[in-house]
Amino acid sequence: MPEHLLSPGHTACAGCAQSLAARLVLDAAGPNTIIVNNTGCLEVFSTAYPDTAWEVPFIHSLFENAAAVASGVEAALRQNGKLSETRVISQAGDGGTADIGLQALSGMWERGHDILSICYDNEAYMNTGIQRSGLTPTYTSTSTSPASKSSTGNPRPKKNVVEIAVAHGIPYVATASAGFPLDLQKKVKKAMAIRGPKFLHVHVPCPLGWRHEPDQTYQIARLAVETGLFPMIEFENGKISGRYLIAKLKPVEDYLKPQGRFRHLFKPGAEAALKEIQEIANRNIERYGLVKTAT
Amino acid sequence: MKDFIEGSEAVARAVCLCKPGVISAYPITPQTHIVEGLAQMVADGRLKCQFVNVESEHSAASVVLGAVAAGERVFTASSSQGLILMSEVIFNIAGMRMPVVLACVNRSLSAPINIWNDLQDSMALRDSGWVQLYAENNQEALDLTIQAYRLAEDSRALVPVMVCLDGYVLSHGLEVVDIPEEDKVAQFLPPFNPAEKLDTANPKSFGLLAGPDYYLEIRHDLHQAVKDTLKLIPEITADFKRIFGRDSGGLVESYRLEDAEMAIVSAGSVCGTIKDTVDNLRAEGKKVGLLRIITYRPFPEELILQALAKVPMVAILDKAISLGATGPIYADLKAAFQGKPGKKISGYIAGLGGRDITPDTIKEIFQQLAGPEVSNQFIGLKSSF
Amino acid sequence: MRIKLTAEPGSARNNKTGSWRVERRPQFLQKNCSACRMCILVCPEGIVSGKEKNSFKTDYLYCKGCGLCAAVCPKKDIEMVPEETESKK
Ligand SMILES: Cc1ncc(C[n+]2csc(CCOP(=O)(O)OP(=O)(O)O)c2C)c(N)n1
Ligand code: SF4
Ligand code: SF4
Ligand SMILES: [Mg+2]
Repeated sequence: MPEHLLSPGHTACAGCAQSLAARLVLDAAGPNTIIVNNTGCLEVFSTAYPDTAWEVPFIHSLFENAAAVASGVEAALRQNGKLSETRVISQAGDGGTADIGLQALSGMWERGHDILSICYDNEAYMNTGIQRSGLTPTYTSTSTSPASKSSTGNPRPKKNVVEIAVAHGIPYVATASAGFPLDLQKKVKKAMAIRGPKFLHVHVPCPLGWRHEPDQTYQIARLAVETGLFPMIEFENGKISGRYLIAKLKPVEDYLKPQGRFRHLFKPGAEAALKEIQEIANRNIERYGLVKTAT
Repeated sequence: MKDFIEGSEAVARAVCLCKPGVISAYPITPQTHIVEGLAQMVADGRLKCQFVNVESEHSAASVVLGAVAAGERVFTASSSQGLILMSEVIFNIAGMRMPVVLACVNRSLSAPINIWNDLQDSMALRDSGWVQLYAENNQEALDLTIQAYRLAEDSRALVPVMVCLDGYVLSHGLEVVDIPEEDKVAQFLPPFNPAEKLDTANPKSFGLLAGPDYYLEIRHDLHQAVKDTLKLIPEITADFKRIFGRDSGGLVESYRLEDAEMAIVSAGSVCGTIKDTVDNLRAEGKKVGLLRIITYRPFPEELILQALAKVPMVAILDKAISLGATGPIYADLKAAFQGKPGKKISGYIAGLGGRDITPDTIKEIFQQLAGPEVSNQFIGLKSSF
Repeated sequence: MRIKLTAEPGSARNNKTGSWRVERRPQFLQKNCSACRMCILVCPEGIVSGKEKNSFKTDYLYCKGCGLCAAVCPKKDIEMVPEETESKK
C-alpha cells in the first residue's frame, strides 16, 4: 500500500485545498473504501484517461448523481455480503452537493444508506470557470455574479446545507476545513465508525477562484473559521454535539482582504456590505455558540 | 407452465427468473405494474434482491449503474417522462459499458401530457448506445427480457439492453404466456461475473475524463460493440430455441414477404394488427407483407436490405417522429436503401398518443403506398378538430 | 471490449507535475526541523516524506511549488527559493 491513497500526478492547481482535503479524507478512511464522485474539479484533476490518482476503487458517472450511484454500490455490497468490510464515500463539490445534486443526496440520506457523503465546498462552480452556486457567500464576485458598477457580487446568502442534512435525521453531520487537517481526519474516522448516512461539509479554498496566492490556502481556510464565517460544528442524531471554539475571534476583513473575489468590498462605498458580512459571522457565532462566553 | 397474464407481469416474472441482485425504479404509468410486481416478489421472499425505492428516475438509473459496476445483476423500468428524465444516465450507462437491462413500457411524450402508447420515448434514445428490442406480444416481452441479460452481460458485448413493450396494449393486456422453468433459465443465463468491478482487492477507476486524443476511439469502440451484437443476437436466439424450444426474438421477422409487391415495415405490438390485415388482404389476392423490426438498435441493415430486396413498394409505419423531419425507422430505411434506386419508400406516422391503429389504418397505408411517394405522411388526422 | 475504460490505481504518477514549477521550489533546510509533520500533512500532492528531525524532503518530480509546506512550517525550516539557481536537495 502506498503511503497516501491519492497519488501525485493529478492536475489540481498548485495549492488547491480540494486536492489536499480529498487526500486527507481518503488517508483517514483507509484502503477499504469505494469512492463515488460527481463531476467537478476533483474528478477532472484526478482521473484524466488513461490514468487515475486514486489508489482505491473509484467511479464517476455524472454531475448530479454520485449519491444515487453510491446508493447502488452500497445496495450491491449489501446484497453480496461485503458491506461490513467495505465503506462507501460519495463526494462532490458545493454545486454538485447543494444545487444540482441535492435531490439525489436527499434521497440517499432519506433511504438510510450506509454512506459518507462529502461536500468539498469551494463556494462556486470552479470546474466550469468560477460561476456562482447556492453555496457562494454573500457579496462574492464570481463570473456569473461579477462585482461591478451596479453590482456588489452575489446578492444571496450561502445556503445552509448542513442544517438541511440535519433535518433528514441522519446520525452524523459535521463541518470541517482544509485548514484543520487533523480535525478533518478525526471527523472522517468518526463518521466511518457510524453505520447509516453521514454528511461531512469541508471548506476548501481555491486559489484560482478565490484569487489568492497558492501558499495562502491553509491560512485562509483557518481565517474562515476564526472569523466565524465558516462554523466548525458537529451534529449527532439531530443535536449539536461539537463546535470549534474560536480562541481569538478575528474581524471578517482579515479573511476577506487577501482574496481577489472580495476586492470590491475594500473600495469606498462598500462599507455597508462589509458590515453585513460581519453580521453574518456574528449570527453564526451566536447560533452555534462559537465563542466561549462567561457564564 | 402457461399463465394468462399482463405483459407487465411477464416482464416481472422474467426478471425474477434472472435473479437480479439490485432493482431500482420510480413509479410512472404504464410501467408501474412491473416494479410493483417485483416489489411484491421481494416482499414475499421469492426474490432475494435489494429493491431500492428512489426519488426519481434519474436516480433509479444511477442506482443500477452503481450496483452493476459493483458486480450485481440489475434491473430498472420506466416510461415516457421517466425515461426522458433518465436519458442523461442512459447515455452514460452505455458509455461506461455497463450491462444494465431496462424495460421501457412505451408511452407518448409531453406536452400535451398523455399516458397512452406510442414509441416516441424509446425512439428518442436510439442514439444512446443501448441495444433496443421491441416486443410484439407478452410472450416475446418475457423472452426478450431473459435474452437481454444474456446479451448485455456477454463479455463480447457489455452493452446495455432496453426491452420495449407497448404501454397498455401489452403492459396491461392479458395473454397466455409460457413461463420457463427456473433451471432452464439457469442453463441459458450464466451467473453475472464481470471481469472488472468496483473491488477494494483490485482498485480500478471507472468513468474517466477522456480528451480529444482518446474520445473518438472510445466512442468508435462502443459503436462497434453495439453493431457486433448483430452477430450475437442470432447466436443467442438459437441457443434460446435449443433450451426453451421456441423461436423468439432475433433481429427482424419477415411475414409473407416472399412475393410481396407491397410491404409495411414497423415495430412493436402494431405488427400483430398488421399481420392480421396482411392475412385478410392476401385472402383478397393482394400481394402484401410485413417486415417487423425486433432489434432496432443496432440497426439490422443487411437483413432488411435482403428481406425487402424484391419488394418494389415499402411503407414505413412509425409510431414516433423526429419533429420537423420524418419518422425514425423511415429515416434509417431510407439511408439503408440509398444508392439502390427502383424502389418506392414512403413514410407514414400513426398512432401517436394512443390513437388506435386499426386494420383500416393499415389498409389506408397500403392504399396510399400505391400513390405518390411521401416521407412523413400522418395517417388518421381528423379533418375538423 | 477492445479499449480499456478503467485506470490502474495511482497511475497518475505517469504525469510528472514537477514540470509545472516555474518560479519557486521549496528547499527543506533540515536545520531547525522539529519533525512536527505539518509539511507532510498540508502538501496537496502528498509527496513530502520524512520521519526524524531534519530528514524531511519532497519529491521534485511532482512538487508544484505551491509553497504550502513552507507557509506552515513553524520553524521556518522550509524556504521557497528561485527555481533555477539552487541545486535540488
Ligand atoms: C448536468 C450537467 N450540468 C452542468 C455540467 C457542467 N459542470 C461540470 S462540473 C461543474 C461545476 C462543478 O462545481 P462544483 O460541484 O462546485 O465542483 P468544483 O468544480 O467547484 O469543485 C459544472 C457546472 C455538467 N457536467 N452536467
Ligand atoms: S480551480 Fe480551484 S478547486 Fe479547481 S483544481 Fe484549481 S484550485 Fe482546485
Ligand atoms: S511546495 Fe507544495 S507541492 Fe511542493 S512539497 Fe511543498 S506543499 Fe508539496
Ligand atoms: Mg465548487
